[in-house]
Amino acid sequence: MVDASLSMDMVARFQRRRLMALGVPVLILMYLSYVFIAFDVAGLAARARLDHAVVLLSDFVSHKTHVTRDNRSGALSVAIEGEAKGLYPAGRLPAWVSVDGATTRIDLGDGHMVQYDADGAQYVVPGYGTIAIRPEGGKLVLTAPEPRPDWINASDTRVSVTTEAGRFAYTRSKVETFRYAPGWELFFFTLDSPFSGRAPGDLLALALWGERVDPALPNAMAMVRDVWTNKMWRHGDVVWAIFETVLMAFLGTFGAALLALPMAFMAASNIMPVRALRFAFRRLFDFLRGVDGLIWTIILSRAFGPGPMTGALAILITDSGSFGKTFSEALENIDEKQVEGIRSTGANGVQRARFGVIPQVTPVLLSQVLYYLESNTRSATVIGAIVGGGIGLLLTQAIQTQKDWEEVAYYMLLIVLMVMAMDSVSGWLRRKLITGG
Amino acid sequence: MVDVAFGPEPGPKRGNGPGESYLAMVRRKRMYGGILLAVFVAMMAAGFQLADGRNAGGFWDGLHRLGDFPSEVLAEAWRNRANIPGLFWQFLPSLIETLNIAALSTLLGGLGAMMLALLATRGLARWPRLTPLFRRLMDALRAVPEIVVALVLIFILGGGPIPAVIAIALHTVGALGKLFSEVAENADLKPVEGLTSVGAGWGQRMVLGVLPQVAPNWVSYALLRFEINVRASAILGFVGSGGIGYDLKLAMQWGGGKYDQVVAIFLLLFLTIVAIDRLSDHVRARLVKGRV
Repeated sequence: MVDASLSMDMVARFQRRRLMALGVPVLILMYLSYVFIAFDVAGLAARARLDHAVVLLSDFVSHKTHVTRDNRSGALSVAIEGEAKGLYPAGRLPAWVSVDGATTRIDLGDGHMVQYDADGAQYVVPGYGTIAIRPEGGKLVLTAPEPRPDWINASDTRVSVTTEAGRFAYTRSKVETFRYAPGWELFFFTLDSPFSGRAPGDLLALALWGERVDPALPNAMAMVRDVWTNKMWRHGDVVWAIFETVLMAFLGTFGAALLALPMAFMAASNIMPVRALRFAFRRLFDFLRGVDGLIWTIILSRAFGPGPMTGALAILITDSGSFGKTFSEALENIDEKQVEGIRSTGANGVQRARFGVIPQVTPVLLSQVLYYLESNTRSATVIGAIVGGGIGLLLTQAIQTQKDWEEVAYYMLLIVLMVMAMDSVSGWLRRKLITGG
Repeated sequence: MVDVAFGPEPGPKRGNGPGESYLAMVRRKRMYGGILLAVFVAMMAAGFQLADGRNAGGFWDGLHRLGDFPSEVLAEAWRNRANIPGLFWQFLPSLIETLNIAALSTLLGGLGAMMLALLATRGLARWPRLTPLFRRLMDALRAVPEIVVALVLIFILGGGPIPAVIAIALHTVGALGKLFSEVAENADLKPVEGLTSVGAGWGQRMVLGVLPQVAPNWVSYALLRFEINVRASAILGFVGSGGIGYDLKLAMQWGGGKYDQVVAIFLLLFLTIVAIDRLSDHVRARLVKGRV
């Protein structure tokens, strides 16, 4: 009889298991299909801008130089990314642009040649022929071999040609050619620096024994200054921003730990005899944690304005709730024998805490705090984006302009490196301080 | 080793007796501890000073204004307190969206983390030579803050919840993958060996041999992650895409006049976070203590 009931029981259990094994995936699938509809995933394909993705990815690894002629005044400008910061000085145009009176020749490489002249402009595409454009009575007249391929887009007011070598666009007001090149532009020196466009060996020679370019400064110092104040990449500002972010995380985490430690003593049941006080502190921790970091950030930035102090305080307040909770749990799990031993020597409350409790919990607390240090570096990036400080601000600004994607890539890279570095530092400190090795 | 230890264990004893050399040790240790503490305090003080200097408004100037904004908000919300229950209903759909973003990203991230964790755990990996690769992959995913991915994806995919889901899910894969793999490392290998002996494939060994052992801990970690992801999805809404964070941003930008909405959203967010916190605490305690 016993065996029968046991086997019945087992069979029932197995059936329940089977039901579970089938039920969980079915539930997940049901939820997924609900979310699929609620989030309108089907409509995503229509909304997604793949051209944006192409722009973004090509900007990540390459840059373009605009060669523009104003058709009314005839003025020619060569500028990297079309920005004033990347404008070539008149006498120092790149080698692939040659100017001869009113005629400008642009060599796009692989036999692609563009020529601006008094009549209009022409583009020689190898294997296809010559595309010539001239304005006539307010309209653009295009002469190109037939049949016309689809990479030539022409109307009365605008002609654009896109080849693998670059892009060319002619409108009544201006004619513009984009030449693409791999890499990030002017990363070290902008064009107004005397060091731009030189080879690394040349630069090294200049730094070590070359004649002073700027009589006031040694060349090496001048180089450092020009890199630091680079207008395109703003290396100096970026270094400060990274430092601000790390500072926010550091101050927030350790400030929170210092604040939470005494409060945790007040909330631990084996240390604080007054029940009401214990309860009050625990609810305080819940409140600090429950009012999300986002809300603290908003309130604090109203009072203190944007900057690293606001970010540090936001982290400090949120985390003192989390630390208070985990610290008080750690305090409740200590070995009472040591405290008793100290008590038997006639120590008072503070001495018991200092010599009986703190040595026991230090490793636990320290490892908690160091774990948070790393994750708070990430939070500081996000908080920086909200309150306006640190690398988070630079990143959101660069994304909002929607054209400096190479800067976005640079900042992303720096953020990842920063977080990884903080991860190693906190791991190293953990090993050093806790296991003593 | 309980205390913070500096330097190696006591070496051969010098001095007149064990008592004296012990005291010397203690003194030296205290001195090191004191120096470390002084350096730390100096760093904190200098750091706060520096942060204060680079802030737009100073700390001491702002301190008395700390209560201004909350009291202004609360006063206006109190005048319009009759609206708040209605506003709860109005913002409930956005709250559900925020929760859905968190749930979906935890689910997808958790599934990804399961795969990566099993592939990156010594002794269980499908391709043992590739475990370092999967580990580095998890590290990289963990290091990228959600906001970076979300903002870039908003540019490509447009607004809405999907960029936030992808961003949080990617981060979750990295974060949970590490924890999952630590749990899986401690799994008993006997069931796996048993399954191998009857000719089970890798997938079967994992599903039947490892999953039942690690499921309670994994689910518990995933719940903890869900809690974190709810907060993250509220913040991402504020910075970029959908959900209740976005509503909060709109209401805040309006300034005075919509503070009843701000309070309603604050309250909704607070209550939700506390409720989830409590619920997951409870469930996790039950899961880890063994009764499923």
